[in-house]
Amino acid sequence: MDQSIFLFDILLPVLLEGFIVTIKLIVLTAPFGLILGILLAVGRVYGPKPISLLCKGVVAFIKGTPLLLMLFILYFGLPSIGITLSAFVASVVGFIMCNGAYSSEYIRGAISSIKEGQIIAAQALGMTKMQAVRNIILPQALIRAIPGLSNEFIYLIKYSSLAYMLTVIELTGAGKMVATKYFEFTTVFLMIGIGYLILVTITTIAVMFIERKVAVPGMTQSGRHMLDIL
Amino acid sequence: MENTDTILRVENIHKSFGDLEVLKGVSFDVKKGETICFIGPSGTGKSTLLRCINLLTQPDQGSVWLGGEEVTNSGKQINHFRQRIGMVFQNFFLFDHLTAVRNVEIALIKVKGMKPKEAREKALEELRQVGMEDWAEHYPAELSGGQAQRVSIARALAMDPDVILFDEPTSALDPELTREVLEVMKKLALAGMTMIVVTHEMGFACSVANRIMFMEYGEIIEQGSPQELMSDAKFERCKNFIGQFDGVNGD
Amino acid sequence: MGFLTIIIEWFPYLIQGIFATLGLVASALFLGVVLGLPMAVGQVYGKRLVRFLIAIYVWFFRGLPILVLLFLFYFGIFPGLGMDVSAFFVGATVLGLRGAAYQSQIFRGAIQSVSEGQMIAARSVGMTKLQSIRNVILPQAVRVALPGWSNEYPNILTDSSICYAIGVMELMTRTSQIVSQTYVTMPIYLVCAGIFILLNYGGMRALHMIEMKIKIPGFGTGAA
Repeated sequence: MDQSIFLFDILLPVLLEGFIVTIKLIVLTAPFGLILGILLAVGRVYGPKPISLLCKGVVAFIKGTPLLLMLFILYFGLPSIGITLSAFVASVVGFIMCNGAYSSEYIRGAISSIKEGQIIAAQALGMTKMQAVRNIILPQALIRAIPGLSNEFIYLIKYSSLAYMLTVIELTGAGKMVATKYFEFTTVFLMIGIGYLILVTITTIAVMFIERKVAVPGMTQSGRHMLDIL
Repeated sequence: MENTDTILRVENIHKSFGDLEVLKGVSFDVKKGETICFIGPSGTGKSTLLRCINLLTQPDQGSVWLGGEEVTNSGKQINHFRQRIGMVFQNFFLFDHLTAVRNVEIALIKVKGMKPKEAREKALEELRQVGMEDWAEHYPAELSGGQAQRVSIARALAMDPDVILFDEPTSALDPELTREVLEVMKKLALAGMTMIVVTHEMGFACSVANRIMFMEYGEIIEQGSPQELMSDAKFERCKNFIGQFDGVNGD
Repeated sequence: MGFLTIIIEWFPYLIQGIFATLGLVASALFLGVVLGLPMAVGQVYGKRLVRFLIAIYVWFFRGLPILVLLFLFYFGIFPGLGMDVSAFFVGATVLGLRGAAYQSQIFRGAIQSVSEGQMIAARSVGMTKLQSIRNVILPQAVRVALPGWSNEYPNILTDSSICYAIGVMELMTRTSQIVSQTYVTMPIYLVCAGIFILLNYGGMRALHMIEMKIKIPGFGTGAA
């Protein structure tokens, strides 16, 4: 078969459909992952002992368990206790848990890097501790956590491919079907790879601009350079 | 012209960093067993001059001769010359992952191809020379600045160099640690080691050096024996410079 | 309590997967050092072309999902080269090539953190550039890199489960085989998770002990 017909008429349209599903997975996961990450981090640093321990345990469990296993638990395991999720929803939930757990570590690190004087100063102005955390600590911590959080976002892009293992036909799954049908493995998987490389590279560049945008004098140490994209 | 006693000849060394001309044609000879001290204000190219001698910095122009062989333009041979030209740095630059004795023996083994046992003996002997044999198994992080500098002198000595270059060896040390290093250097000088020393220690320069070179703006302005520099009226700039140090570093 | 007997019955079968899992992890860490360290040296000290090629390699292997890399090598590249290799071999190779990309960046950072004076001093006693890198720079860089390098272990461990997709008989594959044989889901999954968590923290502990063992004054370890 003509390579260009295969590429442009057969492969690319299918990959494009899969690509859109991949984007959906990422876009639905990222904000909730961040929220979960913030909750886990704040709970761990400022929560009362039981909450703090609970957050720590949850993060340790999620980080210690392979994401693929987590997805299997959510999709194949939960029905046995009466909870049935669609493959897509199970994937998104799994990604949120994974992204949240890892993000929480970066946010926690950033929180503890902020000087204690900040919270004391805020309380001296009459803020409650929770107000101080929300208005003073978190905004600073999140800026500092941007490099780590963006790394997690890039991982999310790549690990979204695991949704295929639950039969979600995203970029990898769509390509795999074409590859198997037409017996064109190397070409197809390289094309899929290019799709992910595009997403990852665009994200890296975007992060650089965001870092520059939100940089507060004397606060951030952006280690990222144009060359690091490569 | 060739003096058989001359061990090191430096001819017309020029060096610029960008627009800044750091060395503007420096020439001098060193006789075997001589101690030469370079003094002068900071930023006048003294350290750069030392690094040009063993080509850690490549001079733009000029040549360096060691015992009749040209060091500059020696290509790959430079590593051979560097074994014969020891160097002691302001910040010691001890190999941080190695104990004191390993610091001294590593080049003996890796560069000179000496057997480990032989190298160990020689390394311990050199450490004894600088009074550091009791610290042989300690890591650089566990040594005081003065101790570290003495180990680094032992490291240079172990290669049996024809000449040792000292690049402000006591500038990074507290005054009380300076003395122990200067004493080791004085002992070496008396034992006949050929030494070129960049220093701000006027007391040391005046009491140990055979010749003092006064450098300013990338040139040797005045030179002579300590007595000449101190007594002769024509060496006014040097004397003024030394005068600033009187009572601060006076021996 | 029917599932308890099932777990006990199948436990040996599951446990055998640990060997394959640890085999995958060990190859990945080994290849990561063997390839990653020279790559790091090349990236710091190499010529422009060398640096560029290594950067492309790193970009490629860090940018692609493991799942895609596994499919690419298992269905595409190895058969394309006419090589008939086992799924385990493909899994170990892919995890290793990818590990090298990640680990090279850890080593690169460590090499760059060794102060310039170390190289100057090494050259001043007559070592060649290569001798200086081998005897002075790398022994220090490796110590600096060790905590970061150890942190690759849990990532590689959990990633190794994705080799399920090409049928390597490791923990994940065996787990889902047991599930489809017995129709017991949750308990089996949780046992598998427990094993992974144990391997994770056990391995970290072991690596940390090694770190403490080869620790020397002046080189702090940053590992938790």
